[in-house]
Amino acid sequence: MSVRRLWVMARKEVVQILRDPRSLAIVIVMPAILVILFGYGVSLDLKGLPVYVYDQDGSQQSQDLLKRFQSSEYFHVARVVNNYRELTRALDDGSAKMGIVIPWNFSEKLAEGGPIQIQALVDATDDNSANVLMGYTQGVVQEYSAEVQAEFLRQRGIAMQTAPIGVETRTWYNEDLESSAFIIPGVLALVMSVIGAFLTSLTIAREWERGTMEQLISTPVSASEIMFGKLVPYFVLGMGDTIVSALIAIYWFKVPFRGSFLTLLASSAMFLVVVLAMGFFISVLAKGQFAASQIALLTTFLPAFLLSGFLFSIDQMPTVLQWITHIVPARYYVSVLKRIFLKGTPTAVLYGDLVPLAIFAVLLAVLATRSFHKRLA
Amino acid sequence: MNDNGSSVVVEELVKRFGDFTAVDHINLSVRKGEIFGFLGPNGAGKSTTIRMLCGLLRPTSGRALVAGFDVAREPEAVRQNIGYMSQKFSLYNDLKVIENIRLFAGLYSVERAELAGRIDWALEMSHLKGQENLLTGTLPGGWKQRLALGCAVLHRPPIVFLDEPTSGVDPISRRQFWELIHQMAEQGVTVFVTTHYMEEAEYCNRLALIFRGRIVALGTPTELKQKSMKGELLLVECAPLGAALEALQSAPGVLDAAVFGNALHLVVQNADETERQLVGYLGQRGITLNRAERIRPSLEDVFVSLTTERRVAQENAA
Amino acid sequence: MTEATQPAIVADGLRKTFPGVCAVDALSFDVRAGEIFGLVGPDGAGKTTTLRMLAGILPPDGGSASIAGIDVVRDPERAKHSLSYMPQRFGLYEELSVDENIRFYADLFGVKRSDRETRSAELLRAAGMSEFRRRFAGKLSGGMKQKLGLICALIHRPKVVLLDEPTTGVDPVSRRDFWRILYELLAEGVAILTSTAYLDEAERCHRVALLHQGRLLFCDTPDNLKSKMRKGVVTIVSSDPRNVRDELRGEEGISSLVLHGDGLRAVVDDGPRRVAAFETRLRQAGAPFDAIQQVAPTIEDLFVDAVEAQGAAHE
Repeated sequence: MSVRRLWVMARKEVVQILRDPRSLAIVIVMPAILVILFGYGVSLDLKGLPVYVYDQDGSQQSQDLLKRFQSSEYFHVARVVNNYRELTRALDDGSAKMGIVIPWNFSEKLAEGGPIQIQALVDATDDNSANVLMGYTQGVVQEYSAEVQAEFLRQRGIAMQTAPIGVETRTWYNEDLESSAFIIPGVLALVMSVIGAFLTSLTIAREWERGTMEQLISTPVSASEIMFGKLVPYFVLGMGDTIVSALIAIYWFKVPFRGSFLTLLASSAMFLVVVLAMGFFISVLAKGQFAASQIALLTTFLPAFLLSGFLFSIDQMPTVLQWITHIVPARYYVSVLKRIFLKGTPTAVLYGDLVPLAIFAVLLAVLATRSFHKRLA
Repeated sequence: MNDNGSSVVVEELVKRFGDFTAVDHINLSVRKGEIFGFLGPNGAGKSTTIRMLCGLLRPTSGRALVAGFDVAREPEAVRQNIGYMSQKFSLYNDLKVIENIRLFAGLYSVERAELAGRIDWALEMSHLKGQENLLTGTLPGGWKQRLALGCAVLHRPPIVFLDEPTSGVDPISRRQFWELIHQMAEQGVTVFVTTHYMEEAEYCNRLALIFRGRIVALGTPTELKQKSMKGELLLVECAPLGAALEALQSAPGVLDAAVFGNALHLVVQNADETERQLVGYLGQRGITLNRAERIRPSLEDVFVSLTTERRVAQENAA
Repeated sequence: MTEATQPAIVADGLRKTFPGVCAVDALSFDVRAGEIFGLVGPDGAGKTTTLRMLAGILPPDGGSASIAGIDVVRDPERAKHSLSYMPQRFGLYEELSVDENIRFYADLFGVKRSDRETRSAELLRAAGMSEFRRRFAGKLSGGMKQKLGLICALIHRPKVVLLDEPTTGVDPVSRRDFWRILYELLAEGVAILTSTAYLDEAERCHRVALLHQGRLLFCDTPDNLKSKMRKGVVTIVSSDPRNVRDELRGEEGISSLVLHGDGLRAVVDDGPRRVAAFETRLRQAGAPFDAIQQVAPTIEDLFVDAVEAQGAAHE
């Protein structure tokens, strides 16, 4: 391979990128937009969920219980009503995510030592939040229940702690449970898919459409010089964009970064090789720009979005899909990213993800090289 | 149609796209039954002009009347009175021949009573009788062009616009196509044709040469060759050719010299005079003259002589 | 034959089939150094396919080809060092300037900087484009783009130049500039193979191969071809050509009779005989005419004649 010819191809590619407003927009503006979009736009947190209360009892105890709900940051007692109809209507129109009914004989039963049930009506159209809500509710009620029990026993002369077993939770790695910290590292994978696969497949398809590729293959420039001359500039751009996106994540969104920067670079480089190879391969298959862009989006961006664990946790997926994610390279990259950012996992432990990523990189690179011939048919 | 028998009248027609002037103050008129050719290279403004005349593109300024209707104000009326065959092939490749014909018959609202007759005619003139069920995409180029022409005139329009109808078609099909055009013209149909192929222009009654949006000459092919050509054309065979070219480019009385195969074409002020002086002039420079003969200029020669100065001036101004 | 005296381009029994169609069938011809050779025929005749095979980017299904003595089929990459190919949709980078495009192709072929500068100045001057060096290729007129494409193809002084319909639709002045550059190359001993669908352009070539549906009809100089033509061509100048045409329709020996220019053009079996016959007939009928004479046939006449003869032979 002639380094000089490679340089000539790469230089031309860079000039073309710099002078094409669309490519420039994708390279410069898009990563920033993606990070900001997902940083601010998506929040999986559940806080201050509106609750309507129907207190049929109105006693000191029911007030106590309600105060527990009110003081929790997950709930916000929006309204106290005095009939079922208002409660159900609030749930219907979404003003309340949950309705609590405290029965008329609440304090009476408590004085007897229980048991008594309170009713919680939960809006489960979004079953994710519903599950969480029910969990929180159980938690609040059980805590109160235990206190009532202890008080009951104390009054009869038995001393006991409020709850014999306590659970002290500490959320590791993402102390504030900020979902942005959970999401943003994965955005890097999206950014790279767009630059690596989408943009690359477009520029090559464009050369076929315009006729410049036909002329190139009639010259002595070799297939690998054409390929690398095209891909090296995009590799550099991709790495640059990764670093910029990472910096935005760390300094703007305050996503913690605890791991090795070198590992970040290495894994990003490997993933970039994967998407670049895919982009190249796609452009060989689909010689038109439109087809190339569609295939690129379908096979790289979409899996990175849906199946990599970036937004939707893999272990929550049906088993079949979990198997499928094993052949989505983005899955390994996202896993590495999250662990580097949030956990600071030592590199040695990451080999479980880095090795498959490396294998994908090599396989796809070979596939791409083999697929491109200086022939028309 | 106008009283003076002109099917198409164009006055100071202009079309600008942003700051690019595609059509620059064009004036012409075409008589009924005339075959009018619009000749010029790619990008000269031919397709843009035709599209304006068909009511497909709104002029920036100026006026055009087609079949008596103003193209800017009454484009629908214009379209009902014309047939248009676009440069890119306009039939559907995945439809059968007969399906395409029926489609266009429907689009042009051909009367029920006439339908069968017109379909028959279209099949006849494109030599596709008995092959109605072939997929249009499988037909060779020349056949498709004829079929497209047939479809464009199913409704017997008085005026037909053909945009580069024979590009790439083989010469035999091209000749047959022009036979069809002549037949239509004889029946009183006005035909407005654009082409970049100079030799094809000889089939037309009158021509307008267009370059960079302007008409540089207007007349019959003969008129153009006689009046618009600056100078006379001389064919010269001599050896060695390269040296001869250099020597003759600066010879007195020679306006232009170009190589043409194994000979030179000289544009000279006076062919007879130059012919006489040639042997001596070349002999002095060690070049042998084998043959010198006055030839008639082709339309291309005319075009070159008209556009050379204009081009140089325009490009320097750009 | 040593490499030096071997023709620069040799095609020997080239064959290429695509599903359902035989694009090129047993094509053989050769092109010598210092010659402009025209591959002539309408769309679908096999010109582009042939050029692509010679350029080493489309492997043939049969036959062989060589460029500057190198076997293109077996060793295409080596052959590419000696040739230059300008496809129909040729390779200009619209976002790059004229100079940058030239530099790109020069660097690709390893042309030294000083060489490149002299050569490109020469070529740009011949093309009349010296003032346009900085302009973006996308902003050039059609004719200038074509000339730039040619300059890029020639910058590395190839021995063989393959051009696919380089002047289709180009304005006549640019076409002349284009041909002038080509003729100047011949002095350097370059072999030029150009294809065209316009039969009249064939007259500009030294030798011509007429192709029809993938097969070679003829291969010779334009003059020889015309002199070999069995038919004659007669033109009739008349103020009422339709009248004349109707009168002559029944006459013998006419293969075609079309309205043309300021009269009619007829292809006949025996020129002198028919000229006399037509004159007599028209005088008798009182149809107006100014002149009847035999003229030299064009390449297009030749083509039509050959194809019709072929068709007749098959029936």
